[in-house]
Amino acid sequence: MEKRAIYNNRVLPYLLLTPQLLVTLIFFYWPALQVVHQSFLLEDAFGLQSSYVWFENFQRLFADPDYGRAFGVTVIFSTVVAFLSLAIALLLAVMADRQIRGANAYKTLLMWPYAVAPAVAGVLWLFMFQPSLGVVAQSVKRMGLDWNPLLNGTHAMTLVVLAGTWKQISYNFLFFLAGLQAIPRSVIEAAAIDGASATRRFWTIIFPLLSPTTFFLLVVNIVYVFFDTFGIIDAVTGGGPARATTTLVYKVYDDGRLGGDLGGSAAQSAILMFIVVALTAVQFKYVERRVHY
Amino acid sequence: MIEHRPLANLIAHIVLWIGIAIVAFPVYLTFVASTHEPTIISNGQMPLTPGSHFLENYERTIFIGPSSTTRTPVGRMMFNSLVMAVAIAVGKIAISIISAYAVVYFRFPLRKTIFWLIFMTLMLPVEVRIYSTYKVVADLGMLNSFAGLTIPLIASATATLLFRQFFLTVPDELVEAAKIDGAGPLRFFWDTIVPLSRTNMAALFVILFIYGWNQYLWPLLITTSGDMQTIVIGIKKMIVTSDALTEWQIAMATTMLAMLPPVAVVVFMQRWFIKGLVETEK
Amino acid sequence: MISRRILLSTVAGLLFAAGSAAQAQQPIEIQWWHAMTGANNDVVVKLAEDFNKTQSQYKVVATYKGSYPDTMNAGIAAFRAGNAPHIMQVFEVGTATMMAAKGAVMPVYQMMKDAGEKFDPNAYLPTVTGYYSTTKGEMLSMPFNSSTAIMWYNKDAFKKAGLDPAKPPKTWPEVFDYAKKLKASGYNACGFSVAWTTWLLLEQFSAWHDLPLASKANGMDGFDTVLQFNSPLHVKLINELIQLQKDKTYDYSGRTNTGEGRYTSGECPIFMTSSAFYGNVKANAKFDFGMAPLPYFSDAKGAPQNSIIGGASLWVMGGKKLEEYKGVAKFFTFLSDTDRQVWLHKESGYLPITKAAYEKTKASGFYEQNPGREVPLIQMAGKAPTENSRGLRLGNMVQLRDIWSEELESAFAGKKSAKEALDTAVERGNATLRQFERTVVR
Repeated sequence: MEKRAIYNNRVLPYLLLTPQLLVTLIFFYWPALQVVHQSFLLEDAFGLQSSYVWFENFQRLFADPDYGRAFGVTVIFSTVVAFLSLAIALLLAVMADRQIRGANAYKTLLMWPYAVAPAVAGVLWLFMFQPSLGVVAQSVKRMGLDWNPLLNGTHAMTLVVLAGTWKQISYNFLFFLAGLQAIPRSVIEAAAIDGASATRRFWTIIFPLLSPTTFFLLVVNIVYVFFDTFGIIDAVTGGGPARATTTLVYKVYDDGRLGGDLGGSAAQSAILMFIVVALTAVQFKYVERRVHY
Repeated sequence: MIEHRPLANLIAHIVLWIGIAIVAFPVYLTFVASTHEPTIISNGQMPLTPGSHFLENYERTIFIGPSSTTRTPVGRMMFNSLVMAVAIAVGKIAISIISAYAVVYFRFPLRKTIFWLIFMTLMLPVEVRIYSTYKVVADLGMLNSFAGLTIPLIASATATLLFRQFFLTVPDELVEAAKIDGAGPLRFFWDTIVPLSRTNMAALFVILFIYGWNQYLWPLLITTSGDMQTIVIGIKKMIVTSDALTEWQIAMATTMLAMLPPVAVVVFMQRWFIKGLVETEK
Repeated sequence: MISRRILLSTVAGLLFAAGSAAQAQQPIEIQWWHAMTGANNDVVVKLAEDFNKTQSQYKVVATYKGSYPDTMNAGIAAFRAGNAPHIMQVFEVGTATMMAAKGAVMPVYQMMKDAGEKFDPNAYLPTVTGYYSTTKGEMLSMPFNSSTAIMWYNKDAFKKAGLDPAKPPKTWPEVFDYAKKLKASGYNACGFSVAWTTWLLLEQFSAWHDLPLASKANGMDGFDTVLQFNSPLHVKLINELIQLQKDKTYDYSGRTNTGEGRYTSGECPIFMTSSAFYGNVKANAKFDFGMAPLPYFSDAKGAPQNSIIGGASLWVMGGKKLEEYKGVAKFFTFLSDTDRQVWLHKESGYLPITKAAYEKTKASGFYEQNPGREVPLIQMAGKAPTENSRGLRLGNMVQLRDIWSEELESAFAGKKSAKEALDTAVERGNATLRQFERTVVR
């Protein structure tokens, strides 16, 4: 997607890009390179002794059946959370964008739960779903379901999916709403005058106009489910029971904890970076082409 | 107003109420927990309705302090969080909007390379390389400073991507008109792009402010002095993970108070969304 | 405009950093990173303040660095960046990692000698310091908060089920039997349960029955240790629990202590967890509670032996100036002071670390007024520790506990038999141990 009308200037674009490039190079690329370097090393926690083992860390990883499992868990988890949180947020944003009474109050109420710190949100989820103490868990049990995420992998997965989705709804809602409000009313009114039904108007006019926002959110949500959910998993299930909720990122964190397996952990980070870079490239090259501007 | 459809509006109300019920439930629970006595909460017997200790708990939280010997006052922690959140939000919006502008509105050598350099960082948040980033910050002598606290968190391309996406939707005619008027790139940026981006900037500000406000692991790693402590670290200190007694009611009351600044930002920034709406209708 | 703003915040940040550095000029500053929350956080702050008041040469600065793993991670990252604190609080599972890091840590006995501080290792309780000492008895780190596992029971529930509240179960079969009766009397969801599952069911269980958890005195004699907790007695215990889990006579409560509320709420009438749970129980339990030693299998030779400790100790980081070590040494002497230890013991519910503090507390009649508070001490000091009960020194212990928990969870979920689960846990754990050995022994 390129602009037709552009400016020509030899110096200005570089000047404008300098701050971001500087910060990115120093605080992103330099540490990332170190991670790649680490993945070829065998090292103790304090970095007192290290030696090159080259691809051994990777070989060990691919021989580990748990790594394959973590892949599967990640795919299921990411797909479900990204889909649910985007769909629910879009529905709510479309409803809140209607000119109904109290719309502003609704918007506020939908946005501010986002202000709960994730560090505290983890505790709240335990509060609600801990099998014997949780407020919600007790109601679920009373309905006759033997709710036990401590031992039942499916229950544990449901729990982290719920928590992960919940945390992202407000974020998506905010951007969908901003996107919806940026659509000129005149366009929608014109369609209404042409007699298009509300549903039809949404799918043929609003949704395509919203696609830059949707694309942005898709990218951000994939990042989110890949990385930011690790705090939730850590607080709610700790990756258990029996690894049922261990995602790739949680495994990176878990294996590297307290310098346990720095090389293996770094190798996983390196692989993740590679996957994510490939995903980004695919998104920009193919998905974006289908997005309307 | 497009049309009046009472039934459709009713459905909208219902959907929104269900949405609020789901999204706000944990917040409601936090509030409920902040109005009970600690025993009920620790034992997992908390009812779903607020208790009778509201005044007592909040009075203790605000005036007496979370515990007898807490040294860093809540006000100071709130201030640190505020500085950090604002610095991250403003800094990120500032560097992102200009770099997105450069990428979209200029053609220059290495453009593609730089574009990829920046957007590759999109998907790798600080957590994945947290310890090596810590080392860089330490080597630069930025530990225990607001700079070390904020600048590394600015290094991500999400905001740049948002602005780029938005600039691509801005009609080309605007640039052509500006060029005819003799406006240079900086003039066009200030007079047209910045005002047009207001809704997006407001949305980003809300998100980034909350993101900054809620940081936990990074400030914990970077700061060692008590006067740099943030409110989230303060709350975590109150929530005991092993052995000692957790005073849930105080921790939860503090959580509620800590939510006020982000909520204020949300409410305040909403005006900008609405303004954006009004202007497009003109 | 925009870059000026960034510049300003950078300058402000630098000024701030410079300002705090300038303040530190007069007394020598000693950084103490800890993981204590709630009331224990207050205790840490008070200790630092009291120490700073007693003298003006040194200033101890206590900083909260998150949970135990967070604190240790922060310390490791700081050391790698050349910025380690002087004192770091490390939980017991990090002991092997710290000990293997020669050069990164300064052994306490060594530091005391270098600093010329009077130090008598015999003044300390051997069952506590043994965990943190070499086999030669050289103290590597200073115990700070120590506890052990005991059995908590609900006297009111015992009465309701027609059991004698003065006679808690002594052996595992008795526990099973009591739990069944309690369950029949209305405790449907949970007859008994345990927190810190692997600590209780594998680590404490092994020490208490004088069985090796791992070879080489549980790793204390070398990193080439092999796990051995798949003995018939271990299998017997896990097998019983698998059967009892089916009808919730025993009910799994998770890997950490998040399930402890099940005891204070009255849901589980018998609950095994840390002795440091005391403060919580006292504040939250609405029933008459009792404390008793851990149960054992009477057919096991040597049982009951002694239980091991949990908690954390203070490690001194290496590469600091002698002047600073003198301050740390003074602070450790200050911590070991008898009256201070008595206060700490009574206040926090943790175990005293010196013999004198234990004797003094005993003499004050504290244990008569607070029955049950001596249970952990008797249980720990009842017999001279053997190689199986002195402590554990296994590398990558966090990962090991995760692996063990995973296998136990599979067993309790009915997916694996006790034997299968323990065998796999041993096998996978050994692979992790070999990995650790490779990184530290070269």
